[in-house]
Amino acid sequence: MLWYALRRLVLALPLLVGITFISFAVIHLAPGEPVDVTGGTMNTKSSAQARQLLREMYGLDQPIAVQYWNWLGRIARLDFGRSFAPDGRPVLHKIGERLPVTLMLNIVELLIIVALAIPIGMASATRQYSVFDKVTTVFVFVGFATPDFWLALLLMILFGVELGWLPISGLRSLNWEYMSGWRQHWDFVSHLVLPILVATFGGLAGFSRYMRQSMLEVIRQDYIQSARAKGLSERVVIGKHALRNAMLPLVTILGLSLPGLIGGSVIVESIFAIPGMGQLMVQAVFERDYPVIMGNLVVVAVLTLVANLLADVAYGLVDPRIRLGGRGRR
Amino acid sequence: MKHFWQAFAKNRLAVAGGAVVLVLVLLALLAPVLAPADPHRPDVHNMLGAPSAKHPLGTDQLGRDVLSRMLYGSRVSLAVGFVSVGIAAAIGIVLGAVAGYRGGLVDATIMRLVDLMLVFPRFFLLLAVLAFLRPSIWTIMAVIGLTGWMGVTRLVRGEFLALKEREFVLWSQAVGAAGFRVVWRHILPNAMAPVLVAMTLGVPAAILTESGLSFLGLGVQPPFATWGNILNEGKDAIEIAWWLSFYPGLAILITVLSYNLLGEGIRDALDPRLRQSRRLAASRG
Repeated sequence: MLWYALRRLVLALPLLVGITFISFAVIHLAPGEPVDVTGGTMNTKSSAQARQLLREMYGLDQPIAVQYWNWLGRIARLDFGRSFAPDGRPVLHKIGERLPVTLMLNIVELLIIVALAIPIGMASATRQYSVFDKVTTVFVFVGFATPDFWLALLLMILFGVELGWLPISGLRSLNWEYMSGWRQHWDFVSHLVLPILVATFGGLAGFSRYMRQSMLEVIRQDYIQSARAKGLSERVVIGKHALRNAMLPLVTILGLSLPGLIGGSVIVESIFAIPGMGQLMVQAVFERDYPVIMGNLVVVAVLTLVANLLADVAYGLVDPRIRLGGRGRR
Repeated sequence: MKHFWQAFAKNRLAVAGGAVVLVLVLLALLAPVLAPADPHRPDVHNMLGAPSAKHPLGTDQLGRDVLSRMLYGSRVSLAVGFVSVGIAAAIGIVLGAVAGYRGGLVDATIMRLVDLMLVFPRFFLLLAVLAFLRPSIWTIMAVIGLTGWMGVTRLVRGEFLALKEREFVLWSQAVGAAGFRVVWRHILPNAMAPVLVAMTLGVPAAILTESGLSFLGLGVQPPFATWGNILNEGKDAIEIAWWLSFYPGLAILITVLSYNLLGEGIRDALDPRLRQSRRLAASRG
């Protein structure tokens, strides 16, 4: 198992280098020098300042290989430079504040999606073409097609404006400091309900679909027949033999869908004014705060890489064929 | 082909999806004829007007007719959807064909590039790229296309890997056809079916992405109307003008839903053939 995990790790290293490559390429995407572009949106004074800062930061007068090498050296020391915003704080501090919020949201979303998608998928697969199956299929198609920002606005109108049950912005109320311990917790949770509901909606549709598909394939297998034939109850056959095998492909899909989930935080965080990485990214793009944009991009990609690695290792843990078979297969 | 149409016609949902897609394309093409008002003309006497006989879907902050804006907005959505998917498919077909046909180091390099692109959460990458570019409908099309070719690449590569071992390909190679000719005349046409399905399903995904970017205010810029930026303006008025947020989102939902139903219908109708070719490929080891 250790070998398998190590091999995965070694395979991920080139991707890590690749991430820095792509991110660096983005800086040079703009026609001409990247510094020229800022002129259009900023006023002349701050634009001249930004040019100067960018030139210093990326050494834009040097050969491109030298630029990349210097930039890489700084990234390796987690030095993303300072924000162009008036506060001029180090990018690493800004990201450090917001990373836990985005991570927490994504982990909670993931847990909810998995906890709901598995039983939903199982139930619709074991009762294929039943009313329940048809209802969930409709839900899946609508879930795929619903724009998350629209769902967020509708829920805000309903629960925030019309009914007034839930707060629609930020993570805490203004009078949070004056609340008692329990009220503080409740306040925090109530701020999370709508964002998490929105973020899980689309993902839930996808995952229950995959789970259904996977389950449908598994219950046609011979070993399920033989489990039934030896007299096991339906509950054991489905709940143990079939479920375990049907969940295997889900681990991979989980890993593959992480970038989408993390990317989704851009919209959810912007709408609900949640101080996470996504909101930081949108603000930085509006302010043309290039060091923050680049830092964000690198951190988010590395985060996805790590998450994919974890999913790979988890797959090896649950499926012995993967970690032992390794080279021989395919 | 006949089997395909028979199978497709039986799938009522897919036919309905296809019909709605057709209607949406017509609405977009005929927008100047159908729109009840000029989508850019403000009306200070009727700002944030509720839906009425004159303005069936209400008016926005500047008193512009929402229905007209949505009709013109559908042109943007469709154009972005088709063009960006076209770009993505072109890149994906070329890279996938090269990777699958050449194999070896070329294949390994291209597939690592695919893995690499997939490590970036799409929205973060899009925003980072857009931060360096001037937002316009062309840049939006380009960046959505340039960040969305990985799926097609994998698909085409897989088809090529299976097809290049088939007899008719081996035969044409044996009689001395040039590599390009083998790929273009013999392999590619046989690999196109799943690509067409992927493209049909790619259009709604691109439309969702564009409307998300426009909603954030980073996509197609006003005064051009798009469903996304009408929603963006509607966001500031959700407490008083629900119609500004409701209808454009509903339009996106219906559009994406119809394309998805159509795409899945096409895939299901093609499936027997696809499954057969996979099984053949598998049995050949």
